[in-house]
Amino acid sequence: MSAEPVVPAKNGALRAARFALPLVVFAAGLIAWELVVRIKQIPPYVLPAPSAVLLTLIKDWAVLSGSLVTTLLTTLEGFIAASLGGIALALLFNQSKWVEYSLFPYAVILQVTPVIAIAPLLLIYLDQETAVVVCAFIVAFFPVLANTTLGLNSVDRNLAGLFQLYGASKPQTLRFLKLPSALPYILGGLRIAGGLSLIGAVVAEIAAGTAGAGSGLAYRIAESGYRLNIPRMFAALLLLSLAGIVIYGVLALISHLVLRRWHESALGKEN
Amino acid sequence: MIERTASSGSDVGLTALAVSLRGVTKAYDNDLMALGPFDLAVRKGEFISLLGPSGCGKSTALRLIAGLSPPSTGTVRVSRHEGVARPGHAIGFVFQEPTLMPWTSVRENVRLPLKLAGVARAEANARVDEALASVGLADFADAFPRELSGGMKMRVSLARALVTDPDILLMDEPFAALDEITRFRLNNDLLALWRRLRKTVIFVTHSVFESVYLSQRVVVMTARPGRIGADIRIETVEPRGEEFRTSTGYADYCRKVSSALAPSYSGQSVL
Repeated sequence: MSAEPVVPAKNGALRAARFALPLVVFAAGLIAWELVVRIKQIPPYVLPAPSAVLLTLIKDWAVLSGSLVTTLLTTLEGFIAASLGGIALALLFNQSKWVEYSLFPYAVILQVTPVIAIAPLLLIYLDQETAVVVCAFIVAFFPVLANTTLGLNSVDRNLAGLFQLYGASKPQTLRFLKLPSALPYILGGLRIAGGLSLIGAVVAEIAAGTAGAGSGLAYRIAESGYRLNIPRMFAALLLLSLAGIVIYGVLALISHLVLRRWHESALGKEN
Repeated sequence: MIERTASSGSDVGLTALAVSLRGVTKAYDNDLMALGPFDLAVRKGEFISLLGPSGCGKSTALRLIAGLSPPSTGTVRVSRHEGVARPGHAIGFVFQEPTLMPWTSVRENVRLPLKLAGVARAEANARVDEALASVGLADFADAFPRELSGGMKMRVSLARALVTDPDILLMDEPFAALDEITRFRLNNDLLALWRRLRKTVIFVTHSVFESVYLSQRVVVMTARPGRIGADIRIETVEPRGEEFRTSTGYADYCRKVSSALAPSYSGQSVL
């Protein structure tokens, strides 16, 4: 903790604090956790110390890394399906009110029905790999659909008038006006969808795992639970959490890079 | 009913007119009369101002002329350039806001009307450069709209309206949001452009001083529903410049136009 002059360095200090404080809290939590486990001599099958979790992560890396790849692939497939499906459906809705009126209620129903309740049904009708991806898709596609729809409807009225004045065709209006206008909204939707497709994948894996098959991270968690291998449960959970953070970070970065030259959300406060 | 005619040489009276509105009214869905009945004849190459209180239908009249919305009754005639169709458009429109696409450069914004008309890239580039040079923004082609000041954005908007080499330039309170110095400069630049290019200009404003300074004719409109209250010709030594702004002739015209405008505000609460 330094006693530097506060006023000129205020912004820098604030920024540093934003990164440093969560890390300090994290470290303090880990130390407290480690100490409690050691002092109270809690057995690892009740609560493993952080050090034990880390050791398990290294020892079981062969198994866990394979599961990580499986889960990430499922998430990626679900995410891509949700992105393409959500954007395509929003475009379709935007072109035709009839299609929108006909299908929108079902999109909502799909969204509000808990996926954990749908997963077992999907596992009956689809083979397991497909079912897991479909679950990830169901959870993730709605924010993409909703955000894209909002974006396509948020076109500046005068710009729309300008396109009309110059006799723009429908495809031209879509390509040069509506899609660019909607881009910030679409990217926002994708950012939400990234995290949600991971959740969808995990939910489906757990549902499938109880049926005795699968190899993703969530399945490892369920399996380790039955075997009372608690340190491995924590290790798998840690990997899932890291995967979620990385997915969010990557999507946020892409969004920033795409929008940085023009959109308010990506500009510094100075501008 | 809107007629967009290619004027023929047979009727001398008609060929001299760029825009003519006869018995035009515009009612909105809630039966609120916004305009009319409204008659207006604008000769080719004329610079006229539509002056009136807020909500008197000035902008509505402009949108009718642009073909952005149809009149409820009456006819709107806009004459096109003689003979062959050009790769361009008869009308250029400058909105109250700059109405630029924030996601792309100044060059792409100005190119838009040509792109929509399918003009070849090389030719379009040359015309974009020419239009940008004519508003003094040749060096800012690669800037993004957010990097420009309010006045510069308005110049881009003007360049975009000029890039198709339209016969008629419609301007809807284009300088209303700018500070006075910038507005005066743009007034002078607009006059210089008009003297050079001899477009027909219909300029909507609520500023008495601006309308007298710029136009050959000031058409004063009454409060809603907008009708023509007075049609005042401004005659002075051309070309006009800053000395006109401080001359007694200018002051006399301003007084005359103001008193013609006064009835439009009577019985209206000034809020």
